[in-house]
Amino acid sequence: MLARVKLFIPLFLFAVLALFLFRGLSLDPKELPSALIDRPLPAFSLPNLATGQLLDRSSIVGEVSLLNVWATWCVSCRVEHPYLLELAQSGVAIFGLNYKDEDAAARQWLEQLGDPYRLNIADREGSLGLDLGVYGAPETFLLDDQGVVRYRHVGVVDERVWRNTLQPIYQQLTAEAGR
Amino acid sequence: MIAEFGHFALILGLVFACLLSTVPLLGAWRRNRDAMALAPGLALGMLCMVAISFACLTWAFLQDDFTLKVVASNSNSLLPDIYKFSAVWGNHEGSLLLWALILCGWTAAVAIFSRELPLLMLSRVLSVMGIISVGFLSFSLFTSNPFAHNLPVPPVDGNDLNPLLQDPGLIIHPPLLYMGYVGFSVAFAFAIAALLGGRLDAAWARWSRPWTNVAWAFLTLGIMLGSWWAYYELGWGGWWFWDPVENASFMPWLAGTALVHSLAVTEKRGLFKSWTVLLAIFAFSLSLLGTFLVRSGVLTSVHAFANDPDRGMFILVFLALVVGGSLTLYALRAPAVSSRVRFEWVSRESLLLVNNVVFLVATLTVLFGTLFPLIVDALGMGKVSVGPPYFNAVFVPLMALLAPVMGFGPVSRWKRDRVARWSSELWLAAVAAIACGITLPLLNSPYNVWVALAVLLAAWLVLGLVRDVWYRVRSGSTLRAGVNRLTPSYIGMVVAHTGFAAAIIGVVATSQYNQEHDLKMMAGDSHALAGYEFRFLEVVPIQGPNFVADEARFEVYRDGELIAELAPQKRRYTASGQVMTEAAIDAGLFRDLFVAMGEPIGEEGAWAMRLHYKPMVRWMWLGAIMMALGGFCTVADRRYRRQRSSAPVKAGELAGAR
Repeated sequence: MLARVKLFIPLFLFAVLALFLFRGLSLDPKELPSALIDRPLPAFSLPNLATGQLLDRSSIVGEVSLLNVWATWCVSCRVEHPYLLELAQSGVAIFGLNYKDEDAAARQWLEQLGDPYRLNIADREGSLGLDLGVYGAPETFLLDDQGVVRYRHVGVVDERVWRNTLQPIYQQLTAEAGR
Repeated sequence: MIAEFGHFALILGLVFACLLSTVPLLGAWRRNRDAMALAPGLALGMLCMVAISFACLTWAFLQDDFTLKVVASNSNSLLPDIYKFSAVWGNHEGSLLLWALILCGWTAAVAIFSRELPLLMLSRVLSVMGIISVGFLSFSLFTSNPFAHNLPVPPVDGNDLNPLLQDPGLIIHPPLLYMGYVGFSVAFAFAIAALLGGRLDAAWARWSRPWTNVAWAFLTLGIMLGSWWAYYELGWGGWWFWDPVENASFMPWLAGTALVHSLAVTEKRGLFKSWTVLLAIFAFSLSLLGTFLVRSGVLTSVHAFANDPDRGMFILVFLALVVGGSLTLYALRAPAVSSRVRFEWVSRESLLLVNNVVFLVATLTVLFGTLFPLIVDALGMGKVSVGPPYFNAVFVPLMALLAPVMGFGPVSRWKRDRVARWSSELWLAAVAAIACGITLPLLNSPYNVWVALAVLLAAWLVLGLVRDVWYRVRSGSTLRAGVNRLTPSYIGMVVAHTGFAAAIIGVVATSQYNQEHDLKMMAGDSHALAGYEFRFLEVVPIQGPNFVADEARFEVYRDGELIAELAPQKRRYTASGQVMTEAAIDAGLFRDLFVAMGEPIGEEGAWAMRLHYKPMVRWMWLGAIMMALGGFCTVADRRYRRQRSSAPVKAGELAGAR
């Protein structure tokens, strides 16, 4: 009898797994925890990647901007990098959050591939990333001129994403900031 | 019009699937021979209908029928024909139809090649495959209809196929991968049929073995192609990222590897029966789980399909029915009493048991790592990601643990063996392997311990195999007779194990000796890397069929001698505006030279360039190809056809033959 009961173990494990999968369906991994949307960017004090000086919120707040989470170990960051360069050239303010990375590698990357960022926050331990609820890299946050997080995009920013999703919000925020 | 025809054929395919999933099964229950005998015909009918439907969709792509949504979003009139063809499965709807087509193909193959199977068994197997087909065909029809229209106003031209997918590797990668994924449904169907009939015996294992081996071999090839594609197409020279979608294909492979070995024990010794059945269910469940993960959007990945919660719900319900149903059946019907057959701790059985434990643990670690972000999120504990460090830390030691045991496998005996015999057979191989491990890495300074360890393990595997092959060949009266004594399944095992050894060396050598330089280069610059001199000659504009590109021309010299000309490209695809890096690779058995273009820097025509030196990276893929060849080779074994010859034979023939 006991032996027969043991045979039910796989079924039981599967049932638990299926429950998690079911729960997973109603969660969007790309969604920002709602707590952070329309809330100010968390306070932080982290070094500037290039100079090592400590940065805080005031260093990047002041205009509508993108905060791009990237790392040299991140596969997709390489894909979106050229497009960020284009965006930066067209005048969009982009700040970088170098996430759980090595400073030397990150600096080398910017030297070789070009640097679209106004400045880069070196978040070696991922502490700001944790506060922001970063799931992985790349992620891009849209901040308004008050430093409030207005939108979060998980994944690569390319022309399509920019044109269809980010640009409309960006333009709206710029218009709001102008008023 | 053609599209409507295809849609109609798909509906008819579903009708056939519904009949196949019920009539023969009821026939088997009521012991009605006529109902059971319908199964092969229904299977073939289902294949015909789905094949027609697939052909219609292909036709729509080739003819640029932009009234169809899938065509308009995934193709373009300028796309070369070969990519219009592969664009059929470069999207969720079409790839699902391909999946269904391959499933029907396997079903029909079982119907055709298993005529010698008892009708009762055959009808149950085909019915189970029919049930799976019902699931996938209705998934396709009800949630992801490839024949949905773009009315009233179809676009003038399509959005183009994602440039990443415009590549020869991607033409055959999905079909091979699906052949593997779906192929495990045959092993699954055999397991379920055996549970239904209550007969888990050596015959059942013998029937399902060739199917499992072939499916496993296809999956090996599919994964290998995916890795190779990532290597040259993504442009940064990596070949495995532990991405959820990659893991989705890797988990069934790991479970399938365990299954292939455990089936051997069940067939030869009648042991591990419940375990083998469970593995067969497990391997196919992981295929289904992979589908769920890739197509439901519960995990983020670089290359998941466009997601839709409805689809996720559909697959989850289907997954729950198939896996939950089969595990319930397992719990009710699997033999609870342990087998009376015994084996000693020093025996081939226990070595294969180690194999099974290692592969199962590996599967579960990958499963856990893949689902961990989801579980944490579902528990409301925030969002996390599990990166390559976790997988490497767990996976590498497991594989290192496997290799020493693998060396004993081929020489070991069933039931009971002696350590003294192993040591007398293998001491020479062990000494030689240690010698190889110490000396071979000396060829490349500085001395690398990890490479030494990899060479040691690989040499141990291969030399043990060589010893065993030689021993077997020698035991024949002549060399020829000795070679003839080697059965295809033995040869397959030898080839596959050698491939595994090659893959170990490839993976470790590339990871350890790999050199890459990212630098800014002007036309006329040259740069030395690992003894090769890369000369950057010029950048020329290129006009492709549906893209424009800057092409850099490189010459590579070694000791002043021209070795290769490389021409990497930076492409901009006109329809989507996407920019793609097309790496140029000079491939070789012992090293790859890899050049990819980064971004233009400044105004003077300087470019960011990425130069790679990747030693022995091909060994990994060659190893995988050998494993697959080994898997295919085993099917040729005569004992899988034995039943055919023992089918009704006239007495006179029998007398003449004996």
